[in-house]
Amino acid sequence: MDRRGFLTNMIQLSAAAVATAGVASAFAIENKDKPLTLRPPGALEEDDFLKTCIRCGLCVDACKNRDNIFKEDGKKVITLKLAAPGDNVPLGTPYFEARTGPCYMCEEMPCLYACPTGALTPNECKNDKGKVAIDYAKMGVAVIDPSSCIAYWGLQCTACYRACPEMDKAITIDWKQNKRTGKHAYRIPIVHEDACTGCGMCEEACVTEKAAIKIFPREVALGKAGDRYVKGWDKKDQQRVKNASTNTKTVTPVSAENPLQNLNEGVSWQ
Amino acid sequence: MSKYKYLILRRLTQFTILFLYFGANVWGWKILAGNLSFSLLFNKIPLADPYAVFQMVFAGAVISTDLIIGTLIILLFYAIIGGRAYCSWVCPVNLVTDLASFVRRITNHQKDNLINVVKFRKFRYGFLVAMLLASIFVGAAAYEFINPIGVFTRAVAFSVGFGWMWLVIIFIFDAFVLKNGWCGHICPVGAMYSLIGSKSLIKVKHDKEACTNCGECLNVCPENQVLTPVIGKKSDFIKGIECTNCGRCIEVCNDNALKFSIRSFIKGEKNEENSNT
Repeated sequence: MDRRGFLTNMIQLSAAAVATAGVASAFAIENKDKPLTLRPPGALEEDDFLKTCIRCGLCVDACKNRDNIFKEDGKKVITLKLAAPGDNVPLGTPYFEARTGPCYMCEEMPCLYACPTGALTPNECKNDKGKVAIDYAKMGVAVIDPSSCIAYWGLQCTACYRACPEMDKAITIDWKQNKRTGKHAYRIPIVHEDACTGCGMCEEACVTEKAAIKIFPREVALGKAGDRYVKGWDKKDQQRVKNASTNTKTVTPVSAENPLQNLNEGVSWQ
Repeated sequence: MSKYKYLILRRLTQFTILFLYFGANVWGWKILAGNLSFSLLFNKIPLADPYAVFQMVFAGAVISTDLIIGTLIILLFYAIIGGRAYCSWVCPVNLVTDLASFVRRITNHQKDNLINVVKFRKFRYGFLVAMLLASIFVGAAAYEFINPIGVFTRAVAFSVGFGWMWLVIIFIFDAFVLKNGWCGHICPVGAMYSLIGSKSLIKVKHDKEACTNCGECLNVCPENQVLTPVIGKKSDFIKGIECTNCGRCIEVCNDNALKFSIRSFIKGEKNEENSNT
C-alpha cells in the first residue's frame, strides 16, 4: 500500500472508531444516569462509585453466601444483585431492591469487605467518632407517603416501626388525637434521616399493596436548607453556617435600578 | 481425537472458568470468584482485566492495591507465556463467534462479507484508544457498559436479564455480516491482549519443508492474516500479534507443518530450531 492509501485508510479507521465510540459512550452516559439505584453499604458517592466499581460481583457473591441467610416460603431472599441488561441499573453494578430484597444489615458487612477496588469502603460507613459499623451505613433514606400510609388514616399499623433494625432511632411513633372519632389515637411513623441506614426493612414490611414507605438514595430524597437558614436555638447548627459568605446580593430588574427612580417615575399621575 | 485435542482443551477451560464463577455465586466456592473483569483465585490471588483497569484510570478512579497486583499478574502471564491466549482459551464470547464461524463453514459461506475485511482488521486498535478516551468523558469505564464478555460471564454467574440479546447480536453479525467480525475486527479487549502478548514465549511455529500448501490452516484460522506471510513461504514462528494461540491450525494440518513452540528472546537465534512440544 502506498503512503497516500495508508493515510486514507488510517483516517477512515480512526473516523469509524470515533463514531462507534461515540455511540457506545452515548449509551454508557444514558445507562449510567440512574439516580434511583440503591447501592450496598459503604458505597462511594454515585459518580465515584461508577468510576471505581469494576463490576466483578464479589460483593454479590459475599451477600448471597453470608451466614444470616433469610428465607421466605423456603426460598432464599436475595438482596444484592448484579445489574443485567434490562434491569434499568448501570450495567453490571451491584444494587438491591428494598421491597423484594432489603439489606439485612449483617454486622460483619461481608459485601463491603469483599470489594477489591474500594468502591465499597469502611470510610463511608463511619460515625462522627470514626467508628465503623453497619448502623452508620447510608444506603438511602425512607420516605413516607402520608396519602397511602394507613397509620395516617387512623388505622393501627406500626409495621415499619417494628421492622426497623434501628427501632426508636430511625423510625419513631408520634401519638396524636384522632378528632374524627374523638376517642382514638393516630400512631404516626416518623423517619429520622440521621439514624436511617436505608436498609429497606420498612419498605419490605409495609402492609399496603404498594409500599407507602419507600427507600430512596439520600441524594434524591433529602433537601438542603443552605446557608441562608439556621436554627438559631441550636449551637451545632450555628457552627454549620460559620463560614458562610455574607456577601450575597439578589438583583432583580426592579432592584437593579436606583430605588428613587422607581418611587418618582414608577407612578403615572394622569 | 488428536484432531480436536486443543479444541476440547479450550472448551474445557472456557466452561470450567464459567462453572467456577457460577459455583462461587450459587454455592459460595472460593476457587475462582467474581468474573472476567476481576476475580479472586483461591480467595487470595487477585486477577484483573488490564483493559478495564486502564479505562478506570482514564475515568479518574483511585486504583486500589488489589487492582494493581491483579493487573500485573495478568499482564505478566500473557506477556511472557500466553500471548493472546485469553481470547481462545478463556473468553466465553469465543464460544459464540466460533459457533458463527462453524455455521459459515458448514454452509459454505466463508467469504460472503458485507465489509472490506482486510482494511477493517485494524479498526479494533482505533476503537481501543477511542474507548479509553471516551472513559474520560463518560466518567466511568466506558467500554464496560457494552462489553459482551462481562455480559456473558455475569449472565452465567449472576443473572441473565436481556444479556442473551448481546450474544445473539454478535452471532448474527459474525454469521451473516462479517466473518470473525467481533473477535477479529472490533473487540478492544482482544486488541489489548494482542498488544500485551505480542512478544510472548509460546507461539505457533511453521515448518516450510513439511508444508504441502493445502490451505487447511488458512481456512480454519480466525485471524488468517497472521498465517499468510508465513505458510508455505518460510520456516518461522507465527509472529502476527493477533494470533490467539488457539491451535486449530495445528490440529487441521495433515502434514505436521505446524506446532506450538517456545521462542527464544535472544536475537539472532530466531530462526534456529528450538522447539520442544
